[in-house]
Amino acid sequence: MISFSNNISSQFLNDRVLLWSLRFFALIAGSLLFLIVIFLIHEAWPALHQLGITSFFTDNAWYPTESLYLLTPMLWGTFLATIGAVILAAPIGILSAVFIHYYAPSLLAITYRRLIELLAGIPSVVFGLWGLVVLVPLIASWQPPGPSLLAGMLILFLMILPTITLVIHSSLAQIPIAYIHNATALGLGRWSMIRKVILPAAKSGIFTGIFLGVARALGETMAILMVCGNVVQAPSHLFDPIRTLTANIALEMAYALGNHRSTLFVSGLMLMAMVVIFVLIAEQLRYRETYADAN
Amino acid sequence: MLTQTKDTEERIWTLMIWSSVGLISLGFLWILGDLLWHGWTQLNWNFLFSSPKNSGREGGIGPILISTSLIIGVCMIIAWPIGLGTAIFLAEYTQDHHRFGRLIRGSLDVLAGVPSIVFGLFGNALFCQALGLGFSILSGGLTLACMVLPMLIRTTEESFRAITSDQRLAATALGFSRSTTIWCILLPAAMPGLLAGSILGLGRAIAETAALIFTSGYVDRMPESLLDSGRSLSIHIYDLAMNVAGGNPNAYATAIVLVSLLIIINLTASWIADQWTTSNQLPT
Amino acid sequence: MDNIQPAPHLTKTEAQLPGIQTWLPYQSTEACCEPVAHIRARDLSICYAKHLALQRVNLVINKGCITALVGPSGCGKTSFLMSINRLTDLIPRCTVTGQLQINEFDVLTPSTDLLHLRRQVGMIFQKPTLFPFSIKKNLELPIREHGKHARKTWATLIETTLQQVGLWDEVKDRLDQPAQALSGGQQQRLCLARAMVLAPEILILDEPCSALDPISSGIVEDLIVSLRGQYTVIIVTHNLAQARRIADDVAIFWAIDGIGQLIEHGPARTIFESPQHELTSAYITGARG
Repeated sequence: MISFSNNISSQFLNDRVLLWSLRFFALIAGSLLFLIVIFLIHEAWPALHQLGITSFFTDNAWYPTESLYLLTPMLWGTFLATIGAVILAAPIGILSAVFIHYYAPSLLAITYRRLIELLAGIPSVVFGLWGLVVLVPLIASWQPPGPSLLAGMLILFLMILPTITLVIHSSLAQIPIAYIHNATALGLGRWSMIRKVILPAAKSGIFTGIFLGVARALGETMAILMVCGNVVQAPSHLFDPIRTLTANIALEMAYALGNHRSTLFVSGLMLMAMVVIFVLIAEQLRYRETYADAN
Repeated sequence: MLTQTKDTEERIWTLMIWSSVGLISLGFLWILGDLLWHGWTQLNWNFLFSSPKNSGREGGIGPILISTSLIIGVCMIIAWPIGLGTAIFLAEYTQDHHRFGRLIRGSLDVLAGVPSIVFGLFGNALFCQALGLGFSILSGGLTLACMVLPMLIRTTEESFRAITSDQRLAATALGFSRSTTIWCILLPAAMPGLLAGSILGLGRAIAETAALIFTSGYVDRMPESLLDSGRSLSIHIYDLAMNVAGGNPNAYATAIVLVSLLIIINLTASWIADQWTTSNQLPT
Repeated sequence: MDNIQPAPHLTKTEAQLPGIQTWLPYQSTEACCEPVAHIRARDLSICYAKHLALQRVNLVINKGCITALVGPSGCGKTSFLMSINRLTDLIPRCTVTGQLQINEFDVLTPSTDLLHLRRQVGMIFQKPTLFPFSIKKNLELPIREHGKHARKTWATLIETTLQQVGLWDEVKDRLDQPAQALSGGQQQRLCLARAMVLAPEILILDEPCSALDPISSGIVEDLIVSLRGQYTVIIVTHNLAQARRIADDVAIFWAIDGIGQLIEHGPARTIFESPQHELTSAYITGARG
């Protein structure tokens, strides 16, 4: 690999000016993350300091006007909606990717992939609009009130499905063709080849996709804000309205002051911590995903 | 061809796969069809250029299109040089073992996963409050710039790394300085990839809502300067759907505009990327 | 082509080049191979990380001659070539020790003006490496970068150089078309032209014909022969027949215990007719390598 990194100093002024300006830009880009963390902590500090972390879990309710800052209902909302969405999206995402690679005729495979890519690009507010106008009334006609945990799960499922499918798709594309030849030579049927050979081989890619899907679901705001009803409560069944952490921030940030505002930054920090953990796990798995050349 | 074993398990799974794919396709066609069905009747030239009236129930999206393009403009003007500079630094001056480079790359990987609402919180704290820009187009654009930066850098760095080292060797052997090599040889060669990446970043910025609600604000008037609050297309959809009774028809029409913009953007990006891969194949 | 011997092409060279005296750096009026030292390597060693790739080379290369570096793969020929214009600087963890002089000018000292050095030493690679621009822009870039010529003289300079490499008639109508659309042999000649617009004293060629088909290879080879006398040419080649046809001097490199060394060096006729080293004689008779 030829690169200028080997002998970085140059005799020429314009080269040195260039290098220093590139370093400067890189420093800005690289420090952004730290800047975000610092600002979040700075803004969250009053609440963390005056209320203490435990009060977010032990207060009686979420009544910011009366200085009660219980975050657990929102945490439940976020967890349940995410888990529901992932339980739906993971198997269907795997089946979709398998369909593209091993079941669909080539024209259909390309069309289906384009469709999934198109969906990956649709803004969350448009999903939210559809959910609000079509999905919520549909659920309401079955089990009122309509805006509910179920609506949130379904919307999130539609939103993370493209992410999961596309990541698994690209990991299936890397599986050496020899695996397939060998499996076929052993007389395995199509599905048993996929289940016994392909999916185990693509395991880390599948988990990368799922973790990225989880990260996206945790951080999703607009669609979930529009379909979940936003009632602060720990839901007791699928048809209860919920409020997630992200929706809470979006709803109250505009007018929050003092400890209330600070608490919203605390929930932002929690959210960021959770998402970053999942992204890091996914990245680790992605690095590990290499196949020995199977001749 | 794969062998066709006719046992029941195979048949069941084939059925499962086809039916789940069919279900997904139906669901997505439903969303798109619903969008077109509800929004199409509202859509005309007048809608694109006139101001919203009666909280957006009537009138069009003229000022909102202007605000959106200003926000995106600020975002790209800020993100482009920083993204390009960082990408060149990472691709040309650092290798895998380079500590500073690894630190930056790692922090960008994490940044790429940060939820947009957190960017919104950060933008509100830094740009609106600490820097005193208030709810403004400038704050919104700067926040979006932070958000699209990781993606912009990743695609740009990849297109620089895709250039063969022969080009660098040949340029150096001709006695070109590093800056000449980078500006005159590598940058033009990386340009298509860079453009495709910027366009995708643009798409992500246009689709964004959560990061803008409390940075660029809600005001639907025609903005007079970058320090005015301005409402983006996506916020307009959200506001009409959630806060304005009877706003749905115009929300749908706006959604069609937004989705068509995004589809055009994505098609352009993949067209450029295709052009790039074909033009890079040398005749042998 | 086998009948080409050191002397006859000189007249051809002179005849081919009307009106370029104004910028040619070095003109031969005498027979080309006066033994005037141009490049001098003393105890030159090259290391990649901890692996010694080339050990203690002592070699004198004469002005205006064609010197062929031959030997099996992995014996340090290309490394030697790249140390002449300090391209070794770009290779991670590569260190060059010893002394390397061009005229009386020391190449390996840190204070060397690298751009000046690389302008004096033109290099051609195994695979033609044109930039993804038009033919004209490929030639204009180095001219502009080194800023020695007024813009209005560029067209003439490009024309004369292209004529010198015998490409003018083939490309004069499509100077604005992508250079990478040319055939392999044309690309390689364009690379040579691109190096020559900078008026170098030395041309170093790293297996310039090995990626070409036999006909293009023959054309490029004739072109290299025509450069004798005007440039000091150093060519790495795997093709012994080619070395025999075109070289005035030959240097044989060999890897002994994985370490590249110069085992023999001298006028081509001496090397091919009465080699001193047993590895050389085995190599040129085809018994080894």
